[in-house]
Amino acid sequence: MTVEPAAPARWTEGVECAPGGSKPDPILVADGVRRSFGGLIAVDVDHLEIQRGAITALIGPNGAGKTTLFNLLTGFDKPQEGRWTFGGRDVTGLAAFRVARLGMVRTFQLTKSLALLSVIENMKLGAVGQRGERMFTGLLRALWRSQEREIEQRADDLLERFKLAHMREEFAGALSGGQRKLLEMARALMVQPELVMLDEPMAGVNPALTQSLLQHIKDLRSEGMSVVFVEHDMDVVYDISDWVVVLAEGRIIAEGPPDVIGSNPDVIDAYLGRHHDAPESIEEEAQRLAEAEAIIAEETGLEELAPDAGTEPDDADG
Amino acid sequence: MDWGSIFRNGGQAAFGPVAIYTALAAIGLNIQFGYTGLLNFGQAAFAAAGAYGIAVSVTTYGLSFWTGVAIALFASIMLAIVLGVPTLRLRADYLAIVTIAAAEIVRLIVRSVRYTATLGGTDGLQGFTDRFYEISPLHGNEYGFWFIKYSRDDTWISIVGWILVALCCLVTFLLIRSPWGRIVKAIREDEDAVRSLGKNTYWYKMQSLMLGGVFGAFSGIVFALSKHSVNPDDYATKFTFTALAVLILGGTARVIGPVIGAIIFTGALQAVDVFTREAIRVGYLPSWLIDDSKVAIVRLIFVGLVIVLLMIFRPQGILGDRREALIRDR
Repeated sequence: MTVEPAAPARWTEGVECAPGGSKPDPILVADGVRRSFGGLIAVDVDHLEIQRGAITALIGPNGAGKTTLFNLLTGFDKPQEGRWTFGGRDVTGLAAFRVARLGMVRTFQLTKSLALLSVIENMKLGAVGQRGERMFTGLLRALWRSQEREIEQRADDLLERFKLAHMREEFAGALSGGQRKLLEMARALMVQPELVMLDEPMAGVNPALTQSLLQHIKDLRSEGMSVVFVEHDMDVVYDISDWVVVLAEGRIIAEGPPDVIGSNPDVIDAYLGRHHDAPESIEEEAQRLAEAEAIIAEETGLEELAPDAGTEPDDADG
Repeated sequence: MDWGSIFRNGGQAAFGPVAIYTALAAIGLNIQFGYTGLLNFGQAAFAAAGAYGIAVSVTTYGLSFWTGVAIALFASIMLAIVLGVPTLRLRADYLAIVTIAAAEIVRLIVRSVRYTATLGGTDGLQGFTDRFYEISPLHGNEYGFWFIKYSRDDTWISIVGWILVALCCLVTFLLIRSPWGRIVKAIREDEDAVRSLGKNTYWYKMQSLMLGGVFGAFSGIVFALSKHSVNPDDYATKFTFTALAVLILGGTARVIGPVIGAIIFTGALQAVDVFTREAIRVGYLPSWLIDDSKVAIVRLIFVGLVIVLLMIFRPQGILGDRREALIRDR
């Protein structure tokens, strides 16, 4: 964990700002990952490396395949082609729960707080390797009680940090949207992951809570975790990410530090459509002006001629 | 109007073998549906696995009673695996469809002519209960408490049955408060969230299906022993839906819910039955409206109405938590 929180972007110096560029210390490497739904190619990533200990933002217009890529990498969906490694280990096609156990934990765009479990039960669920999770040892409390206490302590510490301690005994279903996002993130940390994948962590969160959520994400990095997150709000992306990967129509179209990405014309095109506000040439301007004038002339002319020459527009068109 | 008869019959049913095997089936469904969210519409097949496990072992193959019990439980676990392997990876509704079909397949195979020599066909099987009633320490003719009385055999099966109910409730209680219970409850809420936290949800659903199936097998064993016979048509869909009604009546995801539900349901059904017959006898109900032969249907209509009203005014069941029902509806 060599990354310094004060200067998190240091590793980016000298890293190639091109789609599929290699990173000095990648934790996740994907190659040729393709997923299509019928004729629609949702994800077609030739090469992607995610730097260890950094915050990587995954951006792109709606339908760019961000969530599908998340689903593929975390084992929630299976691609037609492709391989990827996590921490140097091939995890292609591994079941979602195994991926999570290896230390790559995701959250969901639509928060999945377990409504009828209390907040603390939600948290304790996240701990892996619990003895009481086996049916026969579960029957005898003596076999898992001490471990349960440790887990509860860890859960309480996290709840304190995420300012949810006062909701400890409430049903998770009673939390506000933003609190659920916090709970989901805190719960993911109970797994003690190396890589946290956050699918739109700010969606539906009120502005007051956004700042605290952002701080929590930065804290993950200072604790040595790697973070990948999907986000639409570019202010958020500029604020916390070290590296930005831009996805459009399933492909990676650009990569780089946020300030570089912000001025990349391909990215602007992908978001706003080609020629959205490109300046017009003088000829184009003149032509449009002429067209407009012609329409105005026609309309005023029609009004004047209307009583005695009703068929004139047809003749003119013919 | 013989009110004594109405209460006596109702009370007898409420604590007798029928209530016990219904409760056992409902406890199994509670594990599956109440806690894990698995909609098993084939509990009758698990009960049949239990009942026929004993009956076929003892009557057809001449094995000992206890071997029969072991085979019965093993059969229910195998049934859970056979039903679970193809369906538990799919959405919850598939399990419901497959289990209801599987239960009917089991019943139709059991009653088929081809296997009559082994399974007894439509006549069923008898003569497998001797050993069970031999080990009974009871020798009087009648036992009971307060105004409720049972025959010697009914008393013995009821004692064993209630012990089984208590054990199943204890296992449910111990498991549900454990981390295992936390996982299955979480699966009921949102399976993907649980997978994302490193839990093999498929295996937990399988375990839940097996455990509920074993409780269902106990239900079938008690049913067969109390009836001294097995008959394929006892394990039709009505068996499953009665158990589900009992579970919902008592309150899902409550350890004691299915037991309370079974006592009230079975008792009320019998009391309404006797009440209606009494009312006809005394002349409160005119003979052009109803006669004795239709009572069995009328009582089901009545109980169905009560359950509908309960669902409207108390959707969480008798023991359920109103707060939970409100969160669930958000």
